[in-house]
Amino acid sequence: MDALSRRDILRRLGAAGLVLGSAAVLARARWDQGGAASLSLDGPQVRDYRKRDAPPELPQLVVARGTPSGDPANPRLLASDPADLVRKAVGALGGMQRFISRGDIVVVKPNIGWDRTPIHAANTNPRVVAEVVRLAYDAGAKRVIVTDASCNEPNRCFQRSGIWKAAYDVGADVILPSAHRFRQMRLKGEVLDDWPVYTPLVNADKVINVPIAKHHNLSRYTGAMKNWYGLLGGRRNRLHQNIDTSIADLATFLQPTLTVVDAVRVLLRNGPQGGNVADARDMHTVIATTDQVAADAYGCQLIGRKADEIPYIHMAHQRGLGTMHWQNLRLAEV
Amino acid sequence: MVSPSTPATTLSAKPAPAKPLPYRSPPPKATPPHPSSLRAWLAKARLTKKRPGSGLPARKTIQVLVWVRRLVQAGCLALFCYLLFQTGFRGSFASAEARVRLPLPVEGFLLADPFVGAMTLLSTHTVYRGLLWSLGILALTLVFGRVFCGWICPFGTLHHLSAWVFPSRYGKGSKRVEANKTHPVRQRVKYYLMYAFLAASLAGSVIGGLFDPICIAVRAIGLAVIPAAQYIAGFVTTAATATGIRQVQFASDHAQDFLAASVWQTRQFYFHQTWLIGALLVAVLFMNRFIPRFWCRVLCPLGAFLGVFARYALFGMEKDHAKCTDCNLCLVHCQGADSPQGGVKWRQDECHMCLNCENACPEDVIKFRFLPNRKSALVKPDTGRRTAIATAAAGAALIPVARIADVIDANYSPVVIRPPGAVEEREFLERCIRCAECMKVCPNNALHPAFFEAGVEGVWTPILIPRIGYCEHSCVLCGDVCPTGAIQKITEEQKMGIGQKPISIGTAFYDIGRCLPWSMSVPCIVCEEFCPTSPKAIWVEEVEVPKRVPTAPAAAAPALPSPDGHAARPPQPPDPALAGQPPQPAPALPEPPKPPEPPVLAEPPTQAHEDHLVRIKVQRPHVDPSLCIGCGACEKVCPVQDKPAVYVTSVGETRSKTNVILLEDTDYNQPS
Ligand code: SF4
Ligand code: SF4
Ligand code: SF4
Repeated sequence: MDALSRRDILRRLGAAGLVLGSAAVLARARWDQGGAASLSLDGPQVRDYRKRDAPPELPQLVVARGTPSGDPANPRLLASDPADLVRKAVGALGGMQRFISRGDIVVVKPNIGWDRTPIHAANTNPRVVAEVVRLAYDAGAKRVIVTDASCNEPNRCFQRSGIWKAAYDVGADVILPSAHRFRQMRLKGEVLDDWPVYTPLVNADKVINVPIAKHHNLSRYTGAMKNWYGLLGGRRNRLHQNIDTSIADLATFLQPTLTVVDAVRVLLRNGPQGGNVADARDMHTVIATTDQVAADAYGCQLIGRKADEIPYIHMAHQRGLGTMHWQNLRLAEV
Repeated sequence: MVSPSTPATTLSAKPAPAKPLPYRSPPPKATPPHPSSLRAWLAKARLTKKRPGSGLPARKTIQVLVWVRRLVQAGCLALFCYLLFQTGFRGSFASAEARVRLPLPVEGFLLADPFVGAMTLLSTHTVYRGLLWSLGILALTLVFGRVFCGWICPFGTLHHLSAWVFPSRYGKGSKRVEANKTHPVRQRVKYYLMYAFLAASLAGSVIGGLFDPICIAVRAIGLAVIPAAQYIAGFVTTAATATGIRQVQFASDHAQDFLAASVWQTRQFYFHQTWLIGALLVAVLFMNRFIPRFWCRVLCPLGAFLGVFARYALFGMEKDHAKCTDCNLCLVHCQGADSPQGGVKWRQDECHMCLNCENACPEDVIKFRFLPNRKSALVKPDTGRRTAIATAAAGAALIPVARIADVIDANYSPVVIRPPGAVEEREFLERCIRCAECMKVCPNNALHPAFFEAGVEGVWTPILIPRIGYCEHSCVLCGDVCPTGAIQKITEEQKMGIGQKPISIGTAFYDIGRCLPWSMSVPCIVCEEFCPTSPKAIWVEEVEVPKRVPTAPAAAAPALPSPDGHAARPPQPPDPALAGQPPQPAPALPEPPKPPEPPVLAEPPTQAHEDHLVRIKVQRPHVDPSLCIGCGACEKVCPVQDKPAVYVTSVGETRSKTNVILLEDTDYNQPS
């Protein structure tokens, strides 16, 4: 066996020392000391897009309806263009330019939850969505994004709801939900803590909620606040176990600039998915308001409910997110 | 070589070959400079390495054809990948009422596959729809031999590529020449496989799809390569997000958007036991290190099938043995191992018609031409007749053996849920070639390659695993792409049952011991919400149930989550003037205060430290088996994550007369 030269010995010692040294540096840098991750106890996260000013001469809740038939035997509303209803409602509220500033990035959040066509009234009416987009552009928005995190297969929901095409035609940027657009976030709500949040909805200057009013078998009514289910990814099927507090938490987290409730055609039974044309009825109504709690308190009457029967409206009222006593607001019917 | 009139052409950098090649006369003085300099340039580009031996270049047509072949190969591989990427629904601007179908014939390569056509013809005695296209490839073979293998087959091109890129040191030089000589024993294997698969088809099972190259390519790339690539891309996106740099996040988001819209889908797809599919692909590609185009020469039953017909080909090779100097250049480049060299007979049934040999031959030995003399060619596959008959018999015998296992007649598996529109199981096995088109197209990742659930005959046939994805109510895409009619092309009306009985693929059952409202007094009914039928197959019954409210000792009460249910309300903050402020976390209270609304019938706690029961209302779900279509939406969304409280089994499927439960069926013509 050959004796090692001194040079060799030094080289080997040096190499071993180097490996040990870098392992030590790496281990120190990545040292996990264990123990529970620190929990912060501050209040819930809030994304508040509301306008602060509320000019006293303007109404706070506007209900636009089709013209009555004028026939006392058959007191129904005549069909009218949903776009007209949106224009009237938003106009009475002070017009879109009250809410949108020049150059804003605006997110419009319809309900595109289900693989149903407009006749089933499970998704927001595409013409209502398109009109809101158009008004936002007219008010100077730089970019209007239309998106939702669907329940059924999203490509199909976006196509078959008619919203994809309608929104695209008026220049909106329609974003389909995909996995990389959800980011984990600490909402710090009462029941909703750490959830994947759909980022397009929270990276915006203004957010307009455009839900559809319909029956919901568990929460009884779904409209404005329940529409924020579309904010979450992950296993949101668990939310049903405490659906009311979940909805209140979501409504606490996201408070929109404007809420435009589509009640042009309303699903009265078998909600939220429906599927039977006979379960829906034409109501030719659009509600516009800055108060998402009042929107639901008013809207639930369309399916024959009262606000105090619906616990999440109650909770949102108590949390101060808005008022369930819509009668106390300045109301305009147009 | 360079014409004197163009002294400074592209050749300027390097000196022209010192001695003009002997076969070419020197260019005439006054010819236009262009063609000759072009030729010189071509010669330069191709022959910077001087051709050995006599150095005779191949005919111009052959040189051009070899390049055309390479382009066609690249084009076919690209087209194949493009069609595979398009095998999925990505939405469109079609109107809400338009039927959702794929605009392209994404299963085109399978329709053109004559082995698939032959197998299904033998098993079903019919040629299903687009499979008539496979006659085109057959016709091509009758004229040009196995051009499909050398020019068109995307799987063959993959092997061609990897044999070129990854030869091991045993795959080079003289070793490669050795490997490329005809090895009759191993090259016979594919014929035996082919005969066995055809006989099995005749016996009623197209298991040959397991070995069909197009099926393998769709299956392996679609179910293993693409999802794996997406998975890796997911890591990259996560890393990009973690940087927290806006531009990086923006770029990675947009890259993901682009890939989701062109290559994969917006969500990660998973496939049941797909590791084996991926591993087999890697293994068979790896074999190219030792034996170039191992797959095509040794295993491919489609190649063998075309080889049988190649004997009638009008185009073929003639050799001038006398000129051969045994330089073996032809063998270095040979794809089919079909003995192109001088001194032996050419094996027409093995030749891929790549034309490399003629292109490489420096001695003018090899000539491809129409109606060649067959003096030095063997046109028939060299398989022993006895072995061929024996293997065919074995293939046919396999089927009854597989059937007397208990998987079909006696003990049909509850998890073998076939896609909607699938034909009855026996006929299904006569048709399904395991091409995985349906699994690739399914927008919800519902269809998966079976492992042994459906028996040994059913390996890699499609089964629906609702826990991973449910069958979308209005979707009929799997039948739309199925090339053989194993899944029929049904309409939305048939599937959803508009004015008729819907197509059911199974039935849902509740495991009430795991169901939240049934056994835990917790509201849920997500299943009911997702049930797509109308009227819903799931109906709920509102019942009042006791719920235990644990009472913690007053001193150490943590802020418990509030008890669930509509009735129980979170404690109210004492100060009503909180409007406009973010709400406070609920103060910890030992007992919830009396809620403002009636339905709580709280029993007064008997002792301060004892749990007490409140009565709450929950809705308990039930399935109506006569309405359930087995879509599995309920199973998919059930929040009991590991083993859902509602699950679908195959019983009650429309396609079966035996796998049934109910005596009567609902009348769907009644107005609802
Ligand atoms: S059922 Fe699926 S795997 Fe079988 S042949 Fe049809 S598309 Fe291919
Ligand atoms: S299994 Fe259902 S969702 Fe999947 S492709 Fe077939 S019809 Fe569509
Ligand atoms: S499997 Fe049956 S019960 Fe479940 S969602 Fe589908 S149709 Fe409804």
